[in-house]
Amino acid sequence: MQNFNFKSPTNTKEATKLASGRATFLAGGMSLLPAIKLRLASYSDLINIKKIKGLSGIKVTSKSVKIGATTTHAMVANSKDVGKTIPSLAMLAEGIGDPQVRNRGTIGGSIANNDPAADYPSACLALNATIHTNKRKIPADKFFKGMFETDLKKGELIEAVEFEIPEKSAYAKFPNPASRYAIVGVYVSKLKKEIRVAVTGVESVVFRCKKIEEALLNNFSPSSINSITISSKGFNADIHASAEYRAHIIKVMAKKAISSC
Amino acid sequence: MSNLIGSKVERKEDKRFLTGKGQYTADINLVNQTYASFVRSPHARAKINKVDISKAEKCPGVVKILTGDDIAKDKIGGLIAGWKIVSQDGKDMKVPPHPPLAKNSVNYVGDHVAIVIAETLEQARDAAEKVNVTYNLKKAVVNTKDAMNSEAIYEGIDNNLCFDFLLGDKAKTDSELSKADKIIKLDLINNRLIPNAMEPRASIGDYNAASEQLTLYTTNQNPHLTRLVLSAFNAIAPEHKFRVVAPDVGGGFGSKIYPYAEDAVVAWASKKIERPVKWVAERSESFLSDCHGRDHVTHVELGVKNDGKITSLKVETIANIGAYASLFATVTPTYLYAPLILGLYDIPTASCNVKAVFTNTAPVDAYRGAGRPEATFLIERIVTEAAKKLGIDQAEFRKINFVNKFPHQQCLVHNIDSGDYPAHLEKAIEIADYKNFENRKSQSQKKGKLRGIGFSTYIEACGIAPSAVVMSIGAGVGLWESAEVRFNATGNVSVFTGAHSHGQGHETTFAQIVGDRLGVPIENIDIVHGDTDKGPFGMGTYGSRSLAVGGSAIAKACDKIVEKGKKVAAHMLEGKVEDVEFKSGEFVLKNSNKKKTIGEIAFACYLPGQFGEVKSPLPAGVEPGLKETAFYDPVNFSFPAGTHICEVEVDQETGETKVEKYTAVDDFGTIINPMIVEGQVYGGIAQGVGQALYENGHYDESGQLTTASYMDYTMPRADNFPQFKLGFTTTPATSNPLGSKGCGEAGAIASPPAVMNAVIDAIGTDVSMPATAEKVWNALKKNEAKKKKVAA
Repeated sequence: MQNFNFKSPTNTKEATKLASGRATFLAGGMSLLPAIKLRLASYSDLINIKKIKGLSGIKVTSKSVKIGATTTHAMVANSKDVGKTIPSLAMLAEGIGDPQVRNRGTIGGSIANNDPAADYPSACLALNATIHTNKRKIPADKFFKGMFETDLKKGELIEAVEFEIPEKSAYAKFPNPASRYAIVGVYVSKLKKEIRVAVTGVESVVFRCKKIEEALLNNFSPSSINSITISSKGFNADIHASAEYRAHIIKVMAKKAISSC
Repeated sequence: MSNLIGSKVERKEDKRFLTGKGQYTADINLVNQTYASFVRSPHARAKINKVDISKAEKCPGVVKILTGDDIAKDKIGGLIAGWKIVSQDGKDMKVPPHPPLAKNSVNYVGDHVAIVIAETLEQARDAAEKVNVTYNLKKAVVNTKDAMNSEAIYEGIDNNLCFDFLLGDKAKTDSELSKADKIIKLDLINNRLIPNAMEPRASIGDYNAASEQLTLYTTNQNPHLTRLVLSAFNAIAPEHKFRVVAPDVGGGFGSKIYPYAEDAVVAWASKKIERPVKWVAERSESFLSDCHGRDHVTHVELGVKNDGKITSLKVETIANIGAYASLFATVTPTYLYAPLILGLYDIPTASCNVKAVFTNTAPVDAYRGAGRPEATFLIERIVTEAAKKLGIDQAEFRKINFVNKFPHQQCLVHNIDSGDYPAHLEKAIEIADYKNFENRKSQSQKKGKLRGIGFSTYIEACGIAPSAVVMSIGAGVGLWESAEVRFNATGNVSVFTGAHSHGQGHETTFAQIVGDRLGVPIENIDIVHGDTDKGPFGMGTYGSRSLAVGGSAIAKACDKIVEKGKKVAAHMLEGKVEDVEFKSGEFVLKNSNKKKTIGEIAFACYLPGQFGEVKSPLPAGVEPGLKETAFYDPVNFSFPAGTHICEVEVDQETGETKVEKYTAVDDFGTIINPMIVEGQVYGGIAQGVGQALYENGHYDESGQLTTASYMDYTMPRADNFPQFKLGFTTTPATSNPLGSKGCGEAGAIASPPAVMNAVIDAIGTDVSMPATAEKVWNALKKNEAKKKKVAA
């Protein structure tokens, strides 16, 4: 770990002002700190956003669940409100990392990092989320750009993530046996106006699987995707899973998710 | 105190471990200490053109940077292979030089190039990044199977072949195979494992220029041998001026038996700068540079008669020993492996050929079981296949071939002193509820899951290593053990052992032995180990040897104490020595009510006579003091054995395997502390299941380790296991006074074939370790296609 300045602003304005040059925001630090410790990354300043008031907490309305950026995975997993309105989201949070990670890691940090195998991005896409920053509102469809890349501009800070409450939804994850990140994660949701199926762990960035969405439009049941072929072109391949295997597992996980909706 | 043997005494050491009061090498900080960071090769194979330290030297806080040239100039020797193996053609094995800091070439990713020493750890790491090494890259040799057909890594070592070892009569085996009713053949891979001790390696060199005394604190299972090797072969310091301390050590599993380059380098560097030099491995360094385990490619053929009797066994193995021959690297795939291929079966003819190859990968050395898991895997896989081919129940097939008379001289090396193999097989079958397996299988089927059952009846040779036996087979270097039992004047006891505890619970088990033999409460007994300045020379802990060999040395020393105590007691009680009996801590004069406690005797031995007394309590010619040393060299190996039965469920859609039931019935001879033994069995099974289903040290074609962190190296976790069901049978070992056989490695030896036999039973086709989800899915798919083809 190389030395850095540690700053703890108490409001968003101050925080964004500090975010220049080789500075970066620090939330739970569950991805950032290991990268710094391994010397894969180094920064002049870490701007701790956990002291900023109002960034943490869960607000539920009749249409949406809005989760503050520094809300930990454990808070989401244990929230009765989330459990009642979007149980699949609480379940997803419960399945991230280990207890230590869930007690430190935050939703804002997770989606800002946009790890291709992270769980939350799939929830954002499937639940038609809106990412609230200090500058604007970004629809999830436009937020996740590429591997570890988002639409956030330098100094732009996520304040909250607002999920649409679906009629029904479920997340099925096939974890990497070592890291327990998703080799394949499929989030299925039936929203008021549409059906969304988001897939994580499979490409460089989370994506919607239109083929499955279309099949479910006709008939929202596991059997309706039996005849679909998922092409493995462009899929990730590593020592844990080939592209073909991932393509196969997408269907298995999608069926699992659909049947638990 | 005789009830101490066989009792679940709580571990004395756990209080400090569980409250964070353990003292590990990384916890030690010395005055004026410096910190080291190693510059390691990022390449699997390269010539070193230049190591430029000019920029790094100018970094803040840098004290010294030392390279391969410096270590060569100081004539510090290379790391050694401890056992010389002779090839079939009579020629000695070939090993490349292994300098602690690479001089001309680097030969695996993680190979040591330079040490950067600075005032703080971060300064050392910063400067290490500035050491500019220019390499001339060469094509890496990675694959075990292809190594012999690849370009030679070292000049003078043709075909990358370290040795071509043969045990047994190959011609006779071939002839017996040709006469068999059926020949069963298998090609097997024993996957490479990375030890992953909870505590990464660490070492601190501390040289005192005035006394010329060098102290090395290190994470080691074997401090005396480490001192001997570093002194005799590396010329770090003469033995009498060299102290090696292995304090609390957080797990070793074999990977900490031997001295490493880092040990030699920090010790030497401390001499050069006359300040303590501390190095603690990062987890990534552990992955790259701890010695790995296993990595065999094996072809095996088993000859059987139609009635199920095995006639012959032929094994051909290529063993990857990595870039250099580490200390136990040559003995592990030969003498610890080849004799064990027979398992616990009566096989009249066998041969085992092992070709050990160098590759551009981390050195491979002893890892929990060391050779015996590899042997057990092949024999237990092939007997299962043979039973299947002959249509004989797999338990029955094993019984037909069990050794059933003892002692039994096997056709290769071992003379097995005791055992009762049907006993543990039958007990395991009962605990595992084998008879209702088919019911459970159909239950699983209803859930869409495939269920399989796998057996593993194993034997191991432990109590490493009786000099007489190992010398007779040309394996050199027997491994005895020492103990010193020292009564203090006030009646409590300090026991010094040459064994080393790094999780095994010796402080409790050994205290139970001493308490039992001397009648002293175990809270008054302290087991001291891990410091060459304290106890006598010892051989350390590995090969399930500590109790059978080290414990026996302690028992012998205790007996000597009693012997001397009797003389003193006889004198004090005014009787004859032969009339003194020792029982439960008391010396009693026969046919009288006269007695002395062992505490009183100890007091008298140290303080012979009090003011005003005119006669010493010590008889004439008996020296004061009550302290005895014993060295114990067993007459034979000990042979733990047992039956493990595993049941798995395989998800047909994903290929995921889950261990549903696991039964282990082991015969470890006399058990001192069943709780500790159960813990050892649990850990061993977890490691073996890890090998079978999850763990894999994988290098890509260029020689980069792709499983160099917990993101990719799958360590098994608690949620991967069911509650194991354990049972024990007992046939005492006849080769040591305790009757104990050893239990440390059994779980890791027995479980991989039990799990794999279960997986293969479930899916109906072969699959290699680790049986990951995708591999199993592919195997199922292939099998399905094959079935369709046959049907068509």
